[in-house]
Amino acid sequence: MLKYILKRILSLIPVLFVVSCVIFLVVYMIPGGPATALLGMEATPDQIDALNAELGFDRPFLVQYVDWFTNVLRGDWGESYFLHQTVTSAIAEYFVPTLSLAVFAQIIALILSIPLGILAAYKRGTALDLTCVTASLLGSALPGFLLSMFLMLFFGVYLHWFPVAGYAALSEGLGEHLRYLFLPALSLGIVQAAYLTRMTRSSLLETLYKNYIQTARAKGLKEKKVVMKYALKNGAPVILTAVGQSFGSLITGTIVTETLFNIPGLGMLTLTSINRRDVFVIQGVVIFVTLLYVIVNLIVDILYGFTDPRLRPGRK
Amino acid sequence: MMEEKKNETLLEIKELKVSFPVHKKWLPAVDGVSLEIHPGEITGIVGESGSGKSVMSQSILRLRDHDTAVRYEGEILFEGENLLQKPLFRMRDIRGNQISVIFQDPLNSLSPVHTVGNQISEVLILHKQLSKEEAGKRSIQMLKMTGIPDPEACMKKYPFELSGGMQQRVMIAMALACEPKLLIADEPTTALDVTIQEQILHLIRDLNERLGMSVLFITHDMGVVSRICHSVKVMYLGQVVEEAQTQELFENPCHPYTQGLLACIPHLRVERGKELPVIQGSVPSLSNIPEGCHFCTRCRLADDTCRNCPPPLVEISPGHKVKCWKYADGAKEREVTAS
Amino acid sequence: MLIRRKSISAASEAIFREQRTLKKEKLLANPALIIGFVGFVLIVLLAVFVPIFNSTDPNAMEVTKRLQPPGDGYLFGTDEFGRDLFVRVMYGARVSLWVGGCVAIFSCVLGTIIGIYASYFKVLDQILMRICDGLIAIPGILLAIALIAALGTSSWNVILALTIVYTPSVARTVRVSALVIKEQAYVEAAKVQGFSNFRILWRMILPGVISPLTVQASFIFAQAIISEASLSFLGAGIPAPAASWGNMLESSKMVFSRAPWTMICPGAAVILCVLSLNLLGDGLRDYLDPKVKGGKKKA
Repeated sequence: MLKYILKRILSLIPVLFVVSCVIFLVVYMIPGGPATALLGMEATPDQIDALNAELGFDRPFLVQYVDWFTNVLRGDWGESYFLHQTVTSAIAEYFVPTLSLAVFAQIIALILSIPLGILAAYKRGTALDLTCVTASLLGSALPGFLLSMFLMLFFGVYLHWFPVAGYAALSEGLGEHLRYLFLPALSLGIVQAAYLTRMTRSSLLETLYKNYIQTARAKGLKEKKVVMKYALKNGAPVILTAVGQSFGSLITGTIVTETLFNIPGLGMLTLTSINRRDVFVIQGVVIFVTLLYVIVNLIVDILYGFTDPRLRPGRK
Repeated sequence: MMEEKKNETLLEIKELKVSFPVHKKWLPAVDGVSLEIHPGEITGIVGESGSGKSVMSQSILRLRDHDTAVRYEGEILFEGENLLQKPLFRMRDIRGNQISVIFQDPLNSLSPVHTVGNQISEVLILHKQLSKEEAGKRSIQMLKMTGIPDPEACMKKYPFELSGGMQQRVMIAMALACEPKLLIADEPTTALDVTIQEQILHLIRDLNERLGMSVLFITHDMGVVSRICHSVKVMYLGQVVEEAQTQELFENPCHPYTQGLLACIPHLRVERGKELPVIQGSVPSLSNIPEGCHFCTRCRLADDTCRNCPPPLVEISPGHKVKCWKYADGAKEREVTAS
Repeated sequence: MLIRRKSISAASEAIFREQRTLKKEKLLANPALIIGFVGFVLIVLLAVFVPIFNSTDPNAMEVTKRLQPPGDGYLFGTDEFGRDLFVRVMYGARVSLWVGGCVAIFSCVLGTIIGIYASYFKVLDQILMRICDGLIAIPGILLAIALIAALGTSSWNVILALTIVYTPSVARTVRVSALVIKEQAYVEAAKVQGFSNFRILWRMILPGVISPLTVQASFIFAQAIISEASLSFLGAGIPAPAASWGNMLESSKMVFSRAPWTMICPGAAVILCVLSLNLLGDGLRDYLDPKVKGGKKKA
């Protein structure tokens, strides 16, 4: 098992190398250097040149890249010109609400999608299946922030069940924390569930017609056990992979939704940084979220090894 | 003891007809099959793919009911009880307990993500209400009985870690765990190498003698039939065309189809370079079954009667029945006078 | 006699040999394709013709007519600057279709070139696919945000950023189908006969990747529309006064609790457009897949 995990980690090296190049290039490419972005339109060419020189952007490309890359590895991701703090500390500060929201949304998505997907596959061709398929089709055509606005309007403005916007930190009590996060998490969860329901359904449609299902039935097992033990466990790798791969869109969805609900998370940080063209912060957020995404998928791959014995090394 | 039991029937199928909907029409995959299985007997069913033999065997346990629309007519009596009238959930007490099945492709018929031990003990926990430990012990016994070396180690393995022959032994151990009265073997040797095939056949025959269970053996291979079955039914397009004791059938095959099947078995005596005989044509699809004798499109002897009227199943000697006009001249007249 | 569930299942179909279904029958049995296609064509026609026949300026503000509800002279109502929402949604359709269409076309062309060459030359494959892996590892909208933050907001930069985001997945799809075709006997034969690589790639392999490509193009089109809306919503999309669906939603952020139509109208436009494109993609996939017969997929 250890060998398998190590192999997976090693295979990440080229990916992360490319990612670092891309992220570095994004800032390097800015016409006139990062100083143009930071200082804005009013700056004189002299000021821009001076700042570029100060930041080291007048050096040769490779020197800049190596310097930047070692800094990133050391945890020095630059400094925000507007927040007067380091990028890493800014990200650490703004990450908590985002994480909380993403986890909450993922839980809602799983609670909705797994049972629905299983039911739809099992009752395939029935009205229930058709409803599930239509709903997930609608859900996948819906940008998360749009659903957020609908929910905000309905539950917040008309029914007053939940606060329209805002955020309560965990220190203010779990109940209050969740009450504020509920609407954004629900909207993100529904969009996520639309995709996961489709994947669960198609994965189970595949396994439900396999020979071992017939064997399980021929043993006299209850249908519930046939589906939950055999069809679901055999379909689990596909569902797990889908969860991992959709994590990226969940996080970006979180970023967009946060700005709507005024949640002080990475999304807010990104939004304010876009408006100020605070490129180092944006760069930092991209590095951070990408790392997070890659790590989540690594964990999924390792779990994959646990659900499918054929992938476990040490076995034939 | 065996002698007494011979007279009772364990399973009796009467005029079974199984249909599936295709393009809004019900097409029969099994069309009026009757058979009786006595305790301790191995009954063979032979036919090409598409002859309905697998559908018939699955109908006994109603395995098709779960994923398609099926229409049954006729009766399947197991110890006097009509299985076709039982609610589906009642079938669970019979499946794996009184009647077990082993399938053609052992690798795909075992779940790849559960251990062998888990899959065998599960049946015992379910039907015999054993505890996990007891079920484990009994499973090891079963594996030992099927001739698996080092059964303890095998319990912890996953199916893909075993060879094809071992996988089929695991299937057999699983099927026999609850000592069923009837074992349905649906082409159990087709996917295996010839030497392994022989071992599995030997195992089934041996277990049949030791445990006294009946076997319904389904295959397309006449050679396999001759080595294991007491009696044989030959199926073509959902109907039984000929039935007899194995020896009788091999010595005196009457239906042109049976004769064709037997001629297809390669003999060592066949001259080198000489082509193996084949039955010409292929099985027609169920949507255009001929009106008269189902075999008429491929039969050398077919005449107008064969093409227009379905032949009756006539008994030409005790226990030997044929569905062919060639043997039914007397019967034809009788039918005319009766109507 | 027993009659069980009415669905025709793959299992029973396997027994009965399927009759060959005519293409027309397959098309009629595929409502997703028909609905998606009709919906998409309708949206395109509206986007093209409404602004031609309706001379209202989408950016004309009328301070006295702020936040008018739908009806009475304004079909979809007005926004907080008194601009006609119906006209703006139609102009927004032009922007969204333009951005989505350009991204779909550019990323498919680029992705095809990369994918086909990668499938054919081993060393190139290693390099190109590692780059694609890296790009795919960065969540799409974030990469686009970073690119736009660096390059500045303009509709061309949005198209450029989204093209970079979607090209790697096209390249992968094309590469996989091209690898399958490459192994076919007729391609081997062409190699032996000394056909030029260029001719093999573009004359023999390209036609085989067209159908997965069309399917993916329609999904990318849909995704790009959602992404454009999200980017504009964050202020990293089409610059402000221009009418785009994302911009309209962004500006409705402040007023939609008082004037829900400012959100519902552009929102519904996004949903309908993306839904049509997704249906079109689903339908095309079934239609072009030889394994699917008469609209029902074999398990």
